[in-house]
Amino acid sequence: MEHFDMALVDWSRAQFALTAMYHWIFVPLTLGLSFIVAIMMTIYVRTGNELWKKITKFWMTLFGVNFAIGVATGIILEFEFGTNWSNYSWFVGDIFGAPLAIEGIMAFFLESTFIAILFFGWGRVSKKFHMISAWMVALGSNLSALWILVANAWMQNPVGMRFNPDTARNEMVNFWEVLFSPTAINKFLHTISSGYVLSAIFVVGVSAWFLLKHRNVEFAKKSMIIAAVFGLLSSFYLVLTGDESARDIYHTQPMKFAAFEGLDDGNVSAPLVVIGFLKEVPDPRQPDVDRFAFKIEIPNLLSYMVALNSNVFVPGINDLINGNEKHGIMSYYEKIDKGKLAIKALGDYKDALERKDQVAAAENLKVFEANYAYFGYGYYDDPNDLVPNVPVAFYSFHIMVILGVHFMILFIVILVLLYKKKIEKTRWVLYVALWTIPLAYIASQAGWILAEMGRQPWVVQDLMPTLSAVSNIDKSSVVVTFWIFAVTFTVLLIAEIKIMVSQIVSGSKNEGGH
Amino acid sequence: MFENLSYLALQQYWWMIVSLLGAILVFMFFVQGGQTMIKSLGKTDNEIKMLVNSLGRKWDLTFTTLVTFGGAAFASFPLFYSTSFGGAYWVWMLILFAFIIQAVSYEYRTKADNFLGAKTYETFLFINGLLGTILVGTAVATFFTGSEFLVTNMNYSIWQSPFRGLELAFNFARYETFINLSLGLAVFFLARVLGILYFFNNIEDETILARARKQLLFNALPFLVFFLFFLINVLFMDGFGYDANGVVSMVPYKYFNNLIEMPLNTVILVLGVVAVLWGIYRGAFHYEKCGTKAIWFTGGGTILTVFALLILVGFNNTCFYPSTSDLQSSLTIQNASSSKYTLVAMSYVSLLVPFVVAYIWYAWSSLNKKPITAKEMEDDHHAY
Repeated sequence: MEHFDMALVDWSRAQFALTAMYHWIFVPLTLGLSFIVAIMMTIYVRTGNELWKKITKFWMTLFGVNFAIGVATGIILEFEFGTNWSNYSWFVGDIFGAPLAIEGIMAFFLESTFIAILFFGWGRVSKKFHMISAWMVALGSNLSALWILVANAWMQNPVGMRFNPDTARNEMVNFWEVLFSPTAINKFLHTISSGYVLSAIFVVGVSAWFLLKHRNVEFAKKSMIIAAVFGLLSSFYLVLTGDESARDIYHTQPMKFAAFEGLDDGNVSAPLVVIGFLKEVPDPRQPDVDRFAFKIEIPNLLSYMVALNSNVFVPGINDLINGNEKHGIMSYYEKIDKGKLAIKALGDYKDALERKDQVAAAENLKVFEANYAYFGYGYYDDPNDLVPNVPVAFYSFHIMVILGVHFMILFIVILVLLYKKKIEKTRWVLYVALWTIPLAYIASQAGWILAEMGRQPWVVQDLMPTLSAVSNIDKSSVVVTFWIFAVTFTVLLIAEIKIMVSQIVSGSKNEGGH
Repeated sequence: MFENLSYLALQQYWWMIVSLLGAILVFMFFVQGGQTMIKSLGKTDNEIKMLVNSLGRKWDLTFTTLVTFGGAAFASFPLFYSTSFGGAYWVWMLILFAFIIQAVSYEYRTKADNFLGAKTYETFLFINGLLGTILVGTAVATFFTGSEFLVTNMNYSIWQSPFRGLELAFNFARYETFINLSLGLAVFFLARVLGILYFFNNIEDETILARARKQLLFNALPFLVFFLFFLINVLFMDGFGYDANGVVSMVPYKYFNNLIEMPLNTVILVLGVVAVLWGIYRGAFHYEKCGTKAIWFTGGGTILTVFALLILVGFNNTCFYPSTSDLQSSLTIQNASSSKYTLVAMSYVSLLVPFVVAYIWYAWSSLNKKPITAKEMEDDHHAY
């Protein structure tokens, strides 16, 4: 590890995290609000009710403000794979590039073409074509999420490929395996449904503010009904796909799973920690060290959740590092040795080819192929470097789950109150709905922090460590661009929030219309 | 169907797609060119509003074309992606920065409480138009003149200049820098010409159009000078070729020879240049008769010209991303491409492109039925 510039790695990670997190502030709202707007416009076109036209235009304006900054923060992400992670770009480009290209051809053009119709089509195109355009924008936004999430899922669980030692990269051998891997399906469904829930909370929260101010009551209630139904249905989906995702992670990324459960030592009939607080411990690797200051747990539930069988063994961090013969778990020590064999064999294979020594090349290739599954481990000496940041993983997971439950309950309460026509009088619920907006963003960010920080130290699980993926550039360049982007995005975020608030306030005073 | 093509044929097919995307991108730079003239063509608030709104309905398509170009380059020629983007770090970062500030400017410019004020967003649009076109043009010129990098036997790239790509535009001790900059400036002035012709087509306002007509030849002339300087230099310099074993060497008059050895491409290039000039001529001297249609000649000609230039540098055993530090590190469509399987899989997806073009055309036509007028700006609630 000593020959890697860790400061460069850290700054490159910081820059990517900065741009990804900023981008993810705006994308979930685009994903869900596009559908909510399409539903509202459909109701307007079918009923001809002018109030629905005003409702549609109001939410569409907010959608437009949010969409623009989402595009601004998104372009940098695609190109950062090349500028800051060029070694990674080559190592996985044969697989990762394809979804990105398909995303551009299939999704981005759909989105960008019809968004112009959506905003400028009033009076220029027929109502029906206008409505179809709204659905096309929603479809395009969600399709673009599909392809980038397929690419991300492949980093969590690389399938459908083979390493080609001649080109020193992974090459795709089965496109459908990449597209339909359980990790990809779960990641896509879980992520877009989280976007739907966030958008629904946004609409419910803003509508709640209208009701608290006694402005545009009918407008607000109609918006709230659409959003709460959309949000509740999405919440159910979110829970189901979240459960599936956790099971998938248990199989494909057991270290991430152990980290977000805070599980140091594995167990048959493992309990599930519902709420917990971690404490500082000198060395969590020592036996009988409890890293929890406080926890509420449900016996057997973790084992039951991962295999629908409470007698199943769930490995902890220490089992993965030290191995567990009884349960057939290979230790990280052994994996490191195998990884080093693979790295050396690849180098020797290349040298043998240059010497035109076919026999030596064939021998080294055999050794390499036998150990390739552990290739990335060979970059490390200490297995403890292969453990992600446990507190970050634990808290981000639990914050996400607890808030997810809160969102679902909120939607149910809102719908019941709307049904009983008591929503305006139950002001505390309106306040909760309003203050749930920032919580939705926190939950959404927590989900991605878990996905990406929990995968560390890998950029591609087991195969490529993050430290070997960076571009060969000087740290100072990355530091400068980090601050340029940090300042730019912060300024644009302030502008976005100010415009949004201003549009909401003026919308509430103009009976919803603009 | 695509499975039956040879690996080389697939690599050529994907180079053609990337070239076509690059060509469409340069045509779509009429948005960037137009952005640099907002203040010179529009003097009142309503005139500026018309210009901004005319461009604002197309900016996202230009943006999307750029993103798709990047995605297609990544997918089909990942070694180019990792070498160029990771190497010429500052050039690409500046280009990206120019596009980041563009994306919000249209939507935020006239919104209440927009934090920075309308003038700042208009400045962002100007910077995007200026930097975006010049830097992309300069970067593409290095396909002919070369860059300083090495590629290891593990296909990891190492850029050799500490200036991270800026040397390609600012190292005036090297003659090739002038060639690079000349293409950058040619693209900049071409974008302005295209912007003017687009306004002819899209805006109905005598005052603005009269100013635009005056500007046309002032921009067409420098475009021609810089473009001819680039083209003549490229055709008469030594180029980067490779033999059947992939060994790279300097070949005298390589690009001129490519013109002779690929006559169909030469026809496309000539047709393209003629169409560009014809559109400018018709727009400048026969405005009343066909000023609104001039964009289609110059725009179509731009696509053909850029496409042919990129074929010229990618086909016929030519290195499309040459290294001046180590000739053998130079990238070709054969050594930089994705695997055959990936190219085949993506080729099936490319069959969607005609449908994409069809719906873009339909949507564009629907919006463009009526040109932008001052009255519409007053009535439209979502006007930028």
